[in-house]
Amino acid sequence: MGNPIGNTLQRGWEVLTRRIDSMLFGAALAIVCVGLVTLFSASDESVARVTNQALSFAFAIALMWLFANIPPQTLARGAVPLYVVAVALLVAVALFGVVVNGSRRWLNLGLARFQPSELMKVALPMMLAWYFQKFEGRIGWRDFAFAGLLIAVPVYLIKRQPDLGTALLIGASGFYVLYLAGLSWRVIAGLLLLAAAVGPVVWTHLHDYQRARILTFIDPSRDPLGAGYHSMQASIALGSGGIVGKGWLNGTQTHLDFLPERHTDFIFAVFGEEFGLIGNAVLLLLYLLLIGRAMVITANASTMFARLIAGAITLMFFTYAFVNMAMVSGLLPVVGVPLPLVSYGGTALISLFIGLGILMSVHAHRKLVIS
Amino acid sequence: MPRRLLFSSRRNRNGGNGFGAPELRNPERELHRFRRRLSVAAVLVGLAFAGLFARFFYLQVIQHAHFETRAETNRIAIVPIPPNRGVITDRNGVVLAQSYSGYSLEITPSQVGNLDRTIDELSKVVDIDGRDRKRFHKLMEESKDFETLPLRTRLSDEEVARFAVNRYRFPGVEIKARLFRQYPFGAIASHVLGYIGRINDKDVERIASWDQAANYKGTDTIGKAGVELSYERDLHGTTGVEDVEVDANGRAVRTLKRTPPIAGDNLRLSLDIGLQQVAEAAFGDRRGALVAIDPTNGDVLAFVSKPGFDPNLFVDGIDSASWQDLNESPDKPLLDRPLRGAYPPGSTIKPYLALAALHSGKRTPSQTIFDPGYFQIPGQSHKFRDDKPGGHGVVDMYKALVVSCDTYFYTLASETDIDDTARFLSKFGFGQKTGIDIEGELTGVLPSRAWKRQRFAGKNYPDDARKWYLGDSVSAGIGQGYNAFTPIQLAHAIAMLANDGIGYTPHLVKSVQDTRTGAITAIASEPSSRLDVRPDQLALVKSALVGVAKEGTSAAVFKDAKYVSAGKTGTAQVFSLKGEKYSEHRVDERLRDHAWYEAYAPADHPKIAVAVLVENGGFGAEAAAPIARKVFDFYLLGEAAPGAAQVTPLTPGDEGD
Repeated sequence: MGNPIGNTLQRGWEVLTRRIDSMLFGAALAIVCVGLVTLFSASDESVARVTNQALSFAFAIALMWLFANIPPQTLARGAVPLYVVAVALLVAVALFGVVVNGSRRWLNLGLARFQPSELMKVALPMMLAWYFQKFEGRIGWRDFAFAGLLIAVPVYLIKRQPDLGTALLIGASGFYVLYLAGLSWRVIAGLLLLAAAVGPVVWTHLHDYQRARILTFIDPSRDPLGAGYHSMQASIALGSGGIVGKGWLNGTQTHLDFLPERHTDFIFAVFGEEFGLIGNAVLLLLYLLLIGRAMVITANASTMFARLIAGAITLMFFTYAFVNMAMVSGLLPVVGVPLPLVSYGGTALISLFIGLGILMSVHAHRKLVIS
Repeated sequence: MPRRLLFSSRRNRNGGNGFGAPELRNPERELHRFRRRLSVAAVLVGLAFAGLFARFFYLQVIQHAHFETRAETNRIAIVPIPPNRGVITDRNGVVLAQSYSGYSLEITPSQVGNLDRTIDELSKVVDIDGRDRKRFHKLMEESKDFETLPLRTRLSDEEVARFAVNRYRFPGVEIKARLFRQYPFGAIASHVLGYIGRINDKDVERIASWDQAANYKGTDTIGKAGVELSYERDLHGTTGVEDVEVDANGRAVRTLKRTPPIAGDNLRLSLDIGLQQVAEAAFGDRRGALVAIDPTNGDVLAFVSKPGFDPNLFVDGIDSASWQDLNESPDKPLLDRPLRGAYPPGSTIKPYLALAALHSGKRTPSQTIFDPGYFQIPGQSHKFRDDKPGGHGVVDMYKALVVSCDTYFYTLASETDIDDTARFLSKFGFGQKTGIDIEGELTGVLPSRAWKRQRFAGKNYPDDARKWYLGDSVSAGIGQGYNAFTPIQLAHAIAMLANDGIGYTPHLVKSVQDTRTGAITAIASEPSSRLDVRPDQLALVKSALVGVAKEGTSAAVFKDAKYVSAGKTGTAQVFSLKGEKYSEHRVDERLRDHAWYEAYAPADHPKIAVAVLVENGGFGAEAAAPIARKVFDFYLLGEAAPGAAQVTPLTPGDEGD
């Protein structure tokens, strides 16, 4: 105790770790490790690629730490400006965006290109959480209608980029906040009914190729060279993995090039082929641990803003994981959603860890009042 | 905060009470409701994950044996073989676009550690210049990093051999046999042919909308403009498939089955490349457009947009410096002027207005006016000036066309309702797309009351802006004001006039040849519109147009021609001088008038009709008519001489530098 160097080190360690939630971080770390191990196999043992991802991971942890140390009320103050800036950037994209691969999604910032829809993923739930906190206790239908408008604007702007997948995900994040803020079950049921009623109408308005994509989802053998290919090869990879899997680096589907996009959207097929049902069960449990812990943090959050933002982050995390695994195992049509913390890609990893940082901050800054 | 509240089951009113009446502030109840909402979500999360586990169990345990066999037999890789793209020739069979196979050096960036160092090392083995590097970096930005991208194309045999020896040093780099597109005439007819380029996301959607995604596997380029774009589906062909057995390392061991590709259809254009070259040369360095049409069937014989561009630059992906040059040049080389340039028609509109006046009975051929050199709307002081200061004196319809008397047409316009005029002119196709078989055509503007109301419907325009004024009609009477036509519209109209009012939709592709059967399908040329005017009225206007070339505004240009031609000059103001006298030398080059000439020949039996526009060329008779003369001379008289002798394509390998 008397050792000054020891004390300094101890204090430093305390500053570093006091806001870090060990269970949340432990689960995330385990999932990232699973990702790196799988990535090594999926990239044909490319050390460069794994290193690259590990560097993104290091950077992501630093940002997580930073956000864990920002009190939720400070974040709440930034919500409105962030939302306004994000909408303005989306408008700027529509007006002067850079067209990459035929879609106008990027802004050129001289040094780098930037995709404002990424920012909106954080900005929209924050804005809604701020709004409901401000009118806490007297939230009426008008507020929900206005919140609906706050959701509709960015969703529309992103949809016309065109990037329907991201638009739907951002719409979902907004919906989660409304749900947690107490949107009436009757309205939710009404929305579901409306969606069911609109479905057939939408179907008749779809392009032939979009319809073909959905039909291919129902019966992948319909188009073995085309869209059904990914889905079919992923099912073969998972199914042939069996209970214990083929072993690390031994997946034939992976190494004979049958799996497409195998370090990004389809990395789960690689994992499932090489580690089998047992591996999948472990990964599911890790995700459940992470989501469960996040829910406990959400339930104990002290303010409306903290509660709603934590809830939205938690449910979005779940949504990404579920949609990706359901897509790879053939339960959902092929959509471009990466597997959180596992798929290759620095931006997604960083956003996810910022989300975890916010959760940790919510937990660390809960007021210990009623005691 | 007491933990026991989590997932508490205390009874409460339904969570829906937030909807409707405002409620009292009750933090504890709200918190409670929030937690119940969260519990519902937690249950759903649990169910969803249980569902996933059930699915995994189904695939990995129940169906395991099935999928294991599938994976075992999954040793057969299906390799697409891209088809040869169809050849494009001119009407005489001269090749304008073709494909040939060659070798390219390709890199898969994701498999290469240090890209720049690898390229440096490669450049010691194979020639790689700065442009290749720039182009490669642009491709990198536009594509996903696991794609294979070409660094150098068209390798020589020696380079292929040299790389093969050094191959072990370059993991992730390989030589591939690819098909290359080549345009032997370079920039000549570039806006007709267009170009091909790498397939991007939007193209992928287009391909998917044709339900052709499988057929484009192995193809990495697609038509982006001109005939290459509009006839993409004919030119592409059918992709072949090779079933290859692969070993444990994924290497091909043997071919089990091979379905050969079917090359794309060959296109024969109606274009005469000899005529096209003459026409482009006639422009020199000037900007402008020319469309020549065979009035008897709608064949487009020449289609010029100056300046053009070299389509060969686009084939392997254009480097950003060249792209910037093309895109940002004030001369707009990428603008397809015949289709997308809308210019005021100036006096070239007069023959159609004269015909309209005869048809409606507003004028008889012999009716005269006196031209003092200007026209005034009664009660107004503004003078609409004639280009001849003293006026043309007594003018009848024939003379009005031959000397291009503005006052005659000002007067006529002031007595005619603009909507009647628009209705008649629309029969010639003005203000509409002609329907030519390449994409991107503009409609132009054929003004009418309805058009003006709609054009200025915006709230920031005052009500006055939507009203049609007599002055608008008067300006429109000499092809100024709101009128804006594309060169293809004018060419179509003059061809229709030449063919006694029977119009054909202009088309660039004459026939399509199926490469497998050799069968040739001609593009049908049926009349698309018929004008209902009396033959004697048509004859009067046509005789006046002959007069223009014989004794009128373009007589000097057509002196000594060995054929009789008919035409009409036009000069379109780019810039209003507000009553000042126009002086060519005092006006900035880009604000000078556009020069027009529309014509056909031979006058009694027209074989060719042409519309020429020279941007900022000044007076129509001086700038545009001589180009028409050169085109007629070549087409009508040069036919005896072997046309092919004049056709001089670049040799392959020459272009693109």
